[in-house]
Amino acid sequence: MLSAVVTGLAESLRRLGSGAIAAIGRLGYAARFFVAVIYESPAAFARLHLTVREIYFSGVLSLIIILVSGLFVGMVLALQGYDVLQRYGADESLGVLVALSLVRELGPVVAGLLFASRAGSAITAEIGLMKATEQLSAMEMMAVDPLARVVAPRFWGGVISMPFLAALFSTLGVFGAYLVGVRLIGIDPGAFWGNMQAGVDFRFDIVNGVIKSAVFGTAVSLIAVFEGFDAKPTAEGVSSATTRTVVESSLAILALDFVLTVFMFRGLT
Amino acid sequence: MNLNRSTLDLWVGAFVAMGIGAILFLALKVGNLVNWGSTPGYRLEARFDNIGGLKLRAPVKAAGVVVGRVERIKLDPATYQAVVTLKVDHGYEFTTDTIASILTSGLLGEVYIGLDPGGDPKMLADGTRLTKTQSAVILEKLIGQFLVDKAANTGGK
Amino acid sequence: MSDSSAPASAPAPTSPEIAVELADVTFGYDRHPVLMGISMTIPRGKVVAIMGGSGCGKTTILRLIGGQLRPRSGRVMVAGQSVPDLDREELYAMRRKFGMLFQFGALFTDMSVYENIAFALREHTDLPEELIRDLVLMKLHAVGLRGAAQLMPTELSGGMARRVALARAIALDPMLVMYDEPFAGLDPISLGVIGQLIRRLNDALGITSVVVTHDVYESLKMVDYLYFVSQGTIIAQGTPAEVRASSDAFVRQFVDGEPDGPVPFHYPATAYRAELFARA
Repeated sequence: MLSAVVTGLAESLRRLGSGAIAAIGRLGYAARFFVAVIYESPAAFARLHLTVREIYFSGVLSLIIILVSGLFVGMVLALQGYDVLQRYGADESLGVLVALSLVRELGPVVAGLLFASRAGSAITAEIGLMKATEQLSAMEMMAVDPLARVVAPRFWGGVISMPFLAALFSTLGVFGAYLVGVRLIGIDPGAFWGNMQAGVDFRFDIVNGVIKSAVFGTAVSLIAVFEGFDAKPTAEGVSSATTRTVVESSLAILALDFVLTVFMFRGLT
Repeated sequence: MNLNRSTLDLWVGAFVAMGIGAILFLALKVGNLVNWGSTPGYRLEARFDNIGGLKLRAPVKAAGVVVGRVERIKLDPATYQAVVTLKVDHGYEFTTDTIASILTSGLLGEVYIGLDPGGDPKMLADGTRLTKTQSAVILEKLIGQFLVDKAANTGGK
Repeated sequence: MSDSSAPASAPAPTSPEIAVELADVTFGYDRHPVLMGISMTIPRGKVVAIMGGSGCGKTTILRLIGGQLRPRSGRVMVAGQSVPDLDREELYAMRRKFGMLFQFGALFTDMSVYENIAFALREHTDLPEELIRDLVLMKLHAVGLRGAAQLMPTELSGGMARRVALARAIALDPMLVMYDEPFAGLDPISLGVIGQLIRRLNDALGITSVVVTHDVYESLKMVDYLYFVSQGTIIAQGTPAEVRASSDAFVRQFVDGEPDGPVPFHYPATAYRAELFARA
């Protein structure tokens, strides 16, 4: 009986070990892939229209969801924030509350998550499908490097789009908060904007927010192109790659957000 | 796809323009970019026994008007006093007997330094020290003091 | 890295009449061997078919010739150069002389038919647009689809997509064209068309063609030589006439389409009676 338990345990450990080794191996493969993509990037910019095209597909086509979500998030923030602030007589700080929440955190993070779901999954599906239908192979056989022509433009399209999307998210959020706070609830607009301007620092808050969104954009784009390129060339291979992109991107965004926040906002107290 | 180049370029150009516009809006309307860069001003030093919740970049106000910002906070290892460096905008001058107090705006408001000028004809110059200061009111000490007084009163009956 | 034009252990140099040569090539994935000692020569200007059942390694041979895979051992020579020894630049230079027709076409779905064929021309040459236009229309005309130039790949039927892919494969006037299952899933008319095109283009353009397929009927109509691959080795070869007259059991089973023979009908299993009456 005891030997059965021991062998069962040993088997689980063995599987854990090989799983961990496989995961680390995949991480190394992804790192080499990243280096290769960066290396081939000059070609993506030499053919600027390729990258422009990808900015359209990743950025412009994500506008609707980003703008609408930003508006609603801002409005909800204003409603909830007002409810709490007015208990302490601090309702004129609503502008600062909303602006800082959006610019520092919600803008980059939520826009990043939405971007991963919409654009990231689309990129993975596209590349995965090209792999499954042998289009990448065909390109290779025509002596054109698919990394340079297919992967790198999509990567840079995502990296460039993200900061703009995050900024637009925050802007619409502030506007939504203005609509609810000033128009609906009746907070004095002078106090609303004035406190906000006094409380939000360009270098500290806004630039940090932009840096965050750039980092998130890089992470999401990299994961998206990697999972697409690495997908199994079958229908279910592509579908599971797409799911993996969304899950891994979301986790990466949240983890990176924590790390960046610790470094950037250390001097808060 | 069927998207021709010029339509694509138009949309992407619009997108980038919107994005830059958003960043500018955030910087100017939401943030304080207008005040970016070191504002011209001169420095004054003030020492306190306790600065309470005073933070860096806290405002320095006189008569409720913001005239500067707190630039640096350090502890003097010899006297165990807080040494606060204020940056005051050019154009505002304060007498040498100005009192610098640490105040709170409202009950939960931010902590700031209030300047109360006196009647001395001489003005503070760049790098000089405010001699008259009033430390922050610490709520716990106040309560403790109240309890001690109360105990003393009831005990004396 | 050995000098690609004169391998260190060079046996007799391949004559210029040989376009492709494989010598004792082995290949496999981890524990799964695919090719075990393949040797074949493909003369210049000929159409050669590689036949065999599904999954026997035919497509692997094409990938070895094209340099997408490296053999475990053996030589893969194309136009006198050893393909596995080429570095990336040399490999890409060599691939510019290849054309490949993938199963089901593998057309770029985000571009029109015209763009697909112009792709290689735009990437590898500096030709002006007017010249590219003439060349694209010429290739399309050769496969009979000049009128379909502005269609998107999703709007094409299977046979048409295959023909467009063929036009794309010959866009740069290659010296070697490889066909991966060109007849798979086509209607009888399209089958005839593709078969004819492969032969006519090969002779008209003076290229060498390697056709991987399991369509016996069409192959026998138009190829110069056939190789039969089964379980990783070449078990038969010959001209169409020799193959038709062959008495080799495998060739006969393949050509006549017999369900059982050297390639067994039953997947390996325990004795039927024993399994039926076995206790769970």
